[in-house]
Amino acid sequence: MSGWEAVIGIETHVELQTESKMFCGCPVRFGAEPNTTVCPVCLGLPGALPVPNEEAIERILRIGAAFECTLVEGSLFHRKNYFYPDLPKNYQITQYDLPFCIDGHLDIEADGEEVRVGITRVHMEEDTGKSIHGSETGRIHDAEYSLLDFNRSGVPLVEIVSEPDIRTPEQARAYAAELQRVVRSLGVSDARLEEGSVRFDANISVRRAGDDFGTRAEVKNMNSLRSLQRAIAYEIDRQIALIESGSEVVQETRHWDEGSGKTSSMRSKEESEDYRYFQEPDLVPLHVDQTWRDRVFAGLPELPAVRRHRIAATGVDRQAAAVMVEAGDLADLFDEAVSLGSEARTVGNWLSGDVVAYLRRNETTLADTHLQAEHLQELAVMVGEGALSSTAAKDVLARVLAGEGSPRAIAEQHDLLQISDTGALEAEVEAVLADNPDVLAKLQSGDLKPIGFLVGQVMRATGGKADPKVVSELIRNKATAG
Amino acid sequence: MPVDIDIAKVARLARLALSPEKLAEYDSQLQDILEHAERVGALPTEGVPPTSHPLPMTNAFRPDEVKASLDRDEVLEQAPERAGEYFRVPRILGES
Repeated sequence: MSGWEAVIGIETHVELQTESKMFCGCPVRFGAEPNTTVCPVCLGLPGALPVPNEEAIERILRIGAAFECTLVEGSLFHRKNYFYPDLPKNYQITQYDLPFCIDGHLDIEADGEEVRVGITRVHMEEDTGKSIHGSETGRIHDAEYSLLDFNRSGVPLVEIVSEPDIRTPEQARAYAAELQRVVRSLGVSDARLEEGSVRFDANISVRRAGDDFGTRAEVKNMNSLRSLQRAIAYEIDRQIALIESGSEVVQETRHWDEGSGKTSSMRSKEESEDYRYFQEPDLVPLHVDQTWRDRVFAGLPELPAVRRHRIAATGVDRQAAAVMVEAGDLADLFDEAVSLGSEARTVGNWLSGDVVAYLRRNETTLADTHLQAEHLQELAVMVGEGALSSTAAKDVLARVLAGEGSPRAIAEQHDLLQISDTGALEAEVEAVLADNPDVLAKLQSGDLKPIGFLVGQVMRATGGKADPKVVSELIRNKATAG
Repeated sequence: MPVDIDIAKVARLARLALSPEKLAEYDSQLQDILEHAERVGALPTEGVPPTSHPLPMTNAFRPDEVKASLDRDEVLEQAPERAGEYFRVPRILGES
C-alpha cells in the first residue's frame, strides 16, 4: 500500500451495567429468559412515559470525564425515527446536537508509537431488542420470519465517537483495547465483546498521502479485537485495490464475516438515511451544573495509563505492570501488598507470571482463590530473609492460591524451608570439607572451580534445603581462612 | 410564502402508501401548517431566551431501582403472533 494512507474512525457502543434500564425499572440482566425483563416503556406500548435513570447519566459523565471531554452544561434527548422490528416505538431515544460530552481524547500506544485519538462526542441512548432470524430449515437465507426478544430494549447504551485520527489496523486495535480498559476501570460496564456489552464499528477510507479524505465505508460485526484488526486491514486493501483498478468506493455499511475473512455490502443506501431527529417531547432538558461536573472529575479513579506508569516506576517490568492493570484485580492486590511493605518487583513478577498462569490453568478468577495481600507480603519476607528459595516460593504460592493456608504454615508443613542459618550449616560444610581434603587443597591453592562440587555435596547432605548462596559463602571463607 | 415539501418522501419515511389524491391533499394541509409556523417565526423575539421545552423544569430523573417487569405470557398474548418465548414478525427484508 505504498503511497496510500488509511483514515479510520471508530464508533463504540458500551452497555452500562446499571441495576435498571435507561428509561424504566426493568432489570439489566445479561442472559435472562427471553422477554422476561420488559414493561410498557421498553416495549413501546402507547402512553408509556420514559424517566431517565440518574445513575446511567452519572456513568456517562464519568466516561466523558475519563476521556477529558468537556461535560456539556445543557443537553437534550432526541428521537431518531426509523422502522425496524427490534425498536417497537419506531424511534430510538438518543442524543443529537447536544450530547453530554464533547471534545475529549484517548492516548494509545501502537507499534512503539504514541498516538492521541480525539473523541468527538460521548452520547447516551437506549439499546434495541434482539432479533433472531429463523426458518423451518434453520438457515438464515431461508429466513421467513424473525423472533424478537426485548430484554435488551432500553438498556442504557453509551456511544463514543472517535475522530478519524487512526491510521492503521494496529492502532485501531490498541484504541479499542485501551477504551475497554478505561471503561472497566470506571466500574460502569464490563465491556465484554463476546457478550456484546461493548461493540466496535469502524469507518474506513483511504487516500493518497496529502489528498483529501476518500469515501468511507462503515464496517460492522467484529466480535473480537483480533477481528476488528483483521476487518480493517481487509477493508483497507479492498478499497485501495478498487481505486487502483479505476473503480470507486461506495459509501455503505459493510458486514465483516469472520469465517471468510471478508467484508460484504450490507445495506445499499438507495435512499440517504433520514432519521428526522427531533427533541424528545416526553423528556425535560438536562442541566449538568459546575458542581456536578466538578464532582464527576474529582471522583474519577486512577486511569489505566497512569496506573501502568506508576507501577512500572516502582521497578516492576513494564509488561508485568500492563498485565496487572489489564486484569484490574491483580493491580489492586499488587498495590495492597506493596502498601504492606512488600518488595514491588518480586510481587509484580509473581502476580503477572505465576498467579496469571495459575488462574488460566485452573480456569478460575483471583476472587475465587484464597490469595490475600498479607500472603504476598509474608512470602516476599521469607524469600528476602532466605527462608525460602525462589523456586520453593513459587510452589508455596501455588498452594496458597489453592487455599492450603498461609505461606509460612505451608512451607513448614511441606518441609520447604531453606536452611540459611550460618550456624546450622557450618557443621555440614566442615563435614564435607573433611571428606574432600584434596578438593579443599585445590581451593586453597587459588583454584575456585571445584566450589560448585562442594556446594552440591552440602546440598545433598541437607536434602536440598540449604541456601546455596550461604553455603558457597561459607566454603569460600573456610578455604581462604584455612 | 410557499414551502418546498417532498410529500412523497415524507410518506415513504412514515411507511404510508398514499394515493395521488391523498398525497395532494396532505401536501396542501402540510403547506398550511408550515406557513403558519413561518408566520410565528416572523414575530419579534429579540430578548426572549430560546426554550427547548414548554415546562420550566430540568433533570427529572428516577433512582436506579428495579421495578417488577410484566408477565411474559400476558405480554405475548397481546402480540399479533408469538413463537414460544418470542414475538414473531415477518422476515426483515434486505437483512440477513
